[in-house]
Amino acid sequence: METQYYKKDKLLVLKITEEIDDCSVQKIRRKADYEIERYMPKRVVFDFDSVTFMDSAGIGLIIGRYKFTNMLGGKLEVANLTGSIKKIFEMSGILRLIPITTLENISDIEETA
Amino acid sequence: MDFENEMKLEFISKSVNEAFARISIAAFASQLDPTIEELADIKTAVSEAVTNSIIHGYDNKQGIVKIVAKLKNNEIIIEISDNGKGIENVDIAKEPLYTTKPNLERSGMGFTIMESFMDSLEIESIVGLGTKVTMSKKIKPKTEENDEFELISNA
Ligand SMILES: Nc1ncnc2c1ncn2[C@@H]1O[C@H](COP(=O)(O)OP(=O)(O)OP(=O)(O)O)[C@@H](O)[C@H]1O
Ligand SMILES: [Mg+2]
Repeated sequence: METQYYKKDKLLVLKITEEIDDCSVQKIRRKADYEIERYMPKRVVFDFDSVTFMDSAGIGLIIGRYKFTNMLGGKLEVANLTGSIKKIFEMSGILRLIPITTLENISDIEETA
Repeated sequence: MDFENEMKLEFISKSVNEAFARISIAAFASQLDPTIEELADIKTAVSEAVTNSIIHGYDNKQGIVKIVAKLKNNEIIIEISDNGKGIENVDIAKEPLYTTKPNLERSGMGFTIMESFMDSLEIESIVGLGTKVTMSKKIKPKTEENDEFELISNA
């Protein structure tokens, strides 16, 4: 997972770069929670652009991070859902709670380490 | 019944084997010339059934997961079985969002995904003996305007 924090917008982008299944999900969860606690962002965006495989473990992951982010006063969004990943998200019903966002204009925003 | 082709796979119930299982079945299925989308559906359904055997059937203790895959007339039939604890009520287990492990961030989507990504899903389970999931999917024969053709003409 690659992470970027944009201070101006209090925006944390978590780009998942591995396949998401029951085996890989624990590591992703740990890293994501660590980053969310560290930056206390207003917005957390999970970017699925580099995800080549996801099963139901991904839905559990996102529901869990949604609750965690909300608890800390932030909002969670998802970006770049395609193919079977999008189908799984639609089937789960969680898109009623979690908006799909686009990351197109984010490079305009100044990034701060 | 004879099949045009058949394969068997057995591995111990470790979650690192989930990727191995779905990639192996996808490689076998590619003999039917599926689209990328059909292949993704098969991989996801296999991953769901294998994960269920590992985390529910064997409760993360060691056991053997077996897969038999058969090809016949543009159809793939996949059986995934374990000798784990079994399912008390299959009808309830199949309901969307039903999970017996909510504390572990499971969503109860596994059977729903298998059912919608494949053409058929059958679950046989005996408490104390194990569970067998049988799924099938027809791969649509390709016409002249198939993906490969589009790829070439777009190049
Ligand atoms: N092989 C199995 N052995 C024993 N119980 C099983 C097996 N497969 C499924 N189950 C039972 O059926 C329930 C529903 O399975 P399903 O895959 O739909 O959801 P889940 O595994 O709980 O969550 P998710 O798949 O979304 O991570 C499980 O919670 C479990 O109780
Ligand atoms: Mg499951």
